[in-house]
Amino acid sequence: MTIKTGVPLLLSGNEAVAYGAIAAGARFYGGYPITPSTEIAEVMAEELPRIGGKFIQMEDEIASLGAVIGASLTGVKSFTATSGPGFSLMQEHIGFAAMAEVPCVIVDVMRGGPSTGLPTKTSQADVMQAKYGSHGDYPSIAIVPSSVMECYTLTIKAFNLAEKYRVPVIILSDEVVGHMREKVVLPDPSEVEVIDRAKPTVPPEWYQHYEDTITGVSPMASFGEGYRFHVTGLTHDVSGFPTERSDEVSALLQKFKNKEIHNTKDLTMVEEFWTEDAQVCIVAYGSVGRSARQAVKLLRARGVRAGMLRPQIVWPFPKLPVESVLEQVSHVLVPEMNVGQIRKEVERLSRTGRGKVHGLNVLDPTFISPEQIVDRVMAMSPEFRLTGEQSSGRTEPAVEDPSRSQVAAR
Amino acid sequence: MVEQNLLSKTPAVHKWLRVKKKFPHLWCPGCGNGIILGATILALDDLGYDKNDVVMVSGIGCAGRIPVYVDCNTLHTTHGRALTFATGIKLAKPHLKVMVFMGDGDALAIGGNHFIHAARRNIDLTAVVINNNIYGMTGGQASPTTPHSMRATTAVYGNLEQPFDTCELARSAGATFVARSTVYHVRHAEQMIRQALQHNGFSVVEIVSNCHTSYGRINRLGGAIEMIKYMRDKSVMYTPDFDPEKAKADGKQYVLGVLHSDTERSELCELYDQLAIAGGNGNR
Repeated sequence: MTIKTGVPLLLSGNEAVAYGAIAAGARFYGGYPITPSTEIAEVMAEELPRIGGKFIQMEDEIASLGAVIGASLTGVKSFTATSGPGFSLMQEHIGFAAMAEVPCVIVDVMRGGPSTGLPTKTSQADVMQAKYGSHGDYPSIAIVPSSVMECYTLTIKAFNLAEKYRVPVIILSDEVVGHMREKVVLPDPSEVEVIDRAKPTVPPEWYQHYEDTITGVSPMASFGEGYRFHVTGLTHDVSGFPTERSDEVSALLQKFKNKEIHNTKDLTMVEEFWTEDAQVCIVAYGSVGRSARQAVKLLRARGVRAGMLRPQIVWPFPKLPVESVLEQVSHVLVPEMNVGQIRKEVERLSRTGRGKVHGLNVLDPTFISPEQIVDRVMAMSPEFRLTGEQSSGRTEPAVEDPSRSQVAAR
Repeated sequence: MVEQNLLSKTPAVHKWLRVKKKFPHLWCPGCGNGIILGATILALDDLGYDKNDVVMVSGIGCAGRIPVYVDCNTLHTTHGRALTFATGIKLAKPHLKVMVFMGDGDALAIGGNHFIHAARRNIDLTAVVINNNIYGMTGGQASPTTPHSMRATTAVYGNLEQPFDTCELARSAGATFVARSTVYHVRHAEQMIRQALQHNGFSVVEIVSNCHTSYGRINRLGGAIEMIKYMRDKSVMYTPDFDPEKAKADGKQYVLGVLHSDTERSELCELYDQLAIAGGNGNR
C-alpha cells in the first residue's frame, strides 16, 4: 500500500474512501468524473496501477457500473463512485447486480438535486433513491459515514458486506464529508478485517451459481475458473438459467429479501451518544450527525437531557434501536438536508405512548448548524423552554466518561 | 465431401453447446441466429480455445440469447450495455477471450455510445453485431439499421430516418478489425469470426441476418428462404480493387469480407500492463 499507516495524516473524506477501498482489497475501479466525488477516481487512477489493480474511466455511469460488475464476476473486488446525477444512471445496473448477486460497492457523494442541481453544495436527498432507486424488489444496503475516519472504516465495511452477502452496497457520503479534511491515523493492514466472498468447494459439474444454502448466500465461482456458469438479469433458477416457474420465481425474490430479514443484527450499526437518560433524541446521520453531536452538548448545557442516535447503516433501517429510543424519550427530532426522507421512516415506528417525531428539514444549501438543531428542539415543547430558563449549568448524563460514545449493534 | 466435413464437426457441436440443458432453443424456425451460433462454435473449436477461457457476453433481444446455449462462461446483461461488462471482464482478466453478441438495436441504438467508445479504446473484444434491420423480439419496431422507407410496427408508413452502416461506424470510431458477412455465407461468416477472434484489438463482425417473422412479413420480403436468397444475390466480396460505384450499379447491397484491419495500434490491456510496470517502479 502506498499510504502510511500508524501516523497522523490529513485526509479528505473522498481520499479516505479510496484508501479504505484499497485496504478492503478493491483492485478494480470503473468510473465517470462528477463533482463532488471525482477525488476518489483520481486517487484510484494513481494508486491502482502500482498495486496490480485496474482503473478505467468509462463513457458514462451506466458503463462504469457495467464494467465494475464484469470485473467482479472475474473475482476482483470492484467499485465505482459518483454523485446524484450519475447515481440515477447507475440504478439500472444496481438492479442487475442485485438480481445476478454480484458483489460491488457504489459510492454516492450526495449533492443538491434534483437533476443537475447544486454540484458543489451538500445534500442528503438521495437516501430514498439508495433504497428504492432501481425497479423491482431487491435488497438494499446503504452505509452513511459522518467523518473522514468513518469514510475509511465504513468503506471497508461496505466491501465486507458486499462480499459476504453477494449484493451491491451503497456508501452514501455527501459533499461535506467528502471534501472535509480531518486528522486520521490509519490502522495497519494486519488489523483490518477483510471478508472475501465464499468460493465453491464442489467440483464444476456439481456447481450451481445460485445454490440454496442455509446462510441464504450462494458460494460464488469466478469466470475463467472452470465452472462455466451462466449469469443473467432475467429471473433465473438456482443454476442461473432463465425461468418463469412460479415456485422458482418466488423463491428467488424471497432469497433477496431474506438477505435483509435474516441478517438484521449484522446489518444494524448505530452510534448512540448520551441516550441513556435522554428525554429528547436527535436521530441524525452522515454529516448532519456532526452538528447533532454538538447540539446535544449545547442542549445539555441548557439543562435539556438530549441524546443522539446516529445510524451508520441506514438501509436496512435500524428498526430496533430507533424503536428503543422512541419508547424512552418524549420527543425525537430528525434533522436532515432533504424534505424528511428518514423522518418518515421514524414516523412509521411511532405509536401512541412513544416519543413524538419532529423534523428539521433544511433545503437551503448551507449546512445544518448545531444552533439550528438547538432552536428547533427548544421550540418543540414548552417543557424544554422551561428547563432551559431554569438551568444555568452543564448537565451531563450519569456516566463515568461523558465523552464516551457507545457504538452499539443491537 | 461437404457432408463429410459437417459430420466431422458434430463432436465440436456437442463439446461447445449446453446440449442437454438448454435445447430446444427459443428462436423462430428459419432464424439466422442458429447459423451464427454454429459458425461461432466452429470458429472457437478450430482455434483450439479452452472453454474455460472463453467468455460470451450479450445484451437484450434475440441475439442476446446466443450465449446461454454455449458451454463456456456466459453473461446475459442489460439492453445495450454488454460491451461495458465485457470491458470490465477483459481489463480485469486479460487472458480471457471475450466475445460480445449484440443485435442492431442493442449495439447501435441503446448501446451506440458504448459501441463507439469500446472501438475508440481498442480493447481486445470480439463484437458480433447481428443485423436483421429490426427489433425482432419485441415484435418488429424500427431499429437504427431499418433502411429508409421500409416498414416496421413503429414506422407504419415507412421509415423516415436513415440507417447506420455498422461497419463504417465501427471503423470511424477506431475499431481495428471490421468485417461483414451474412447468414447465407455460412463458412465465410465462420472465417470472419475466426479472424476477428485472432485479431488483437477491438474487432467488429457484422452478420446480416433475417427476421422473416417481424421484418420480412411486414415488408412482404417472403420467408426465411427468400430473405436468405436475397442476401446471396445482393452481396459482393470486398477485394483490394473493390469498386463501390460498380457494386452500386450492379445493385449490390452488402459488401462482405474484411473491410478494415489495423495491426499497428496498441491494444488497451497491453498498454495498461506497460503502465502498471512503470507505475510499480514509481518513486513514491
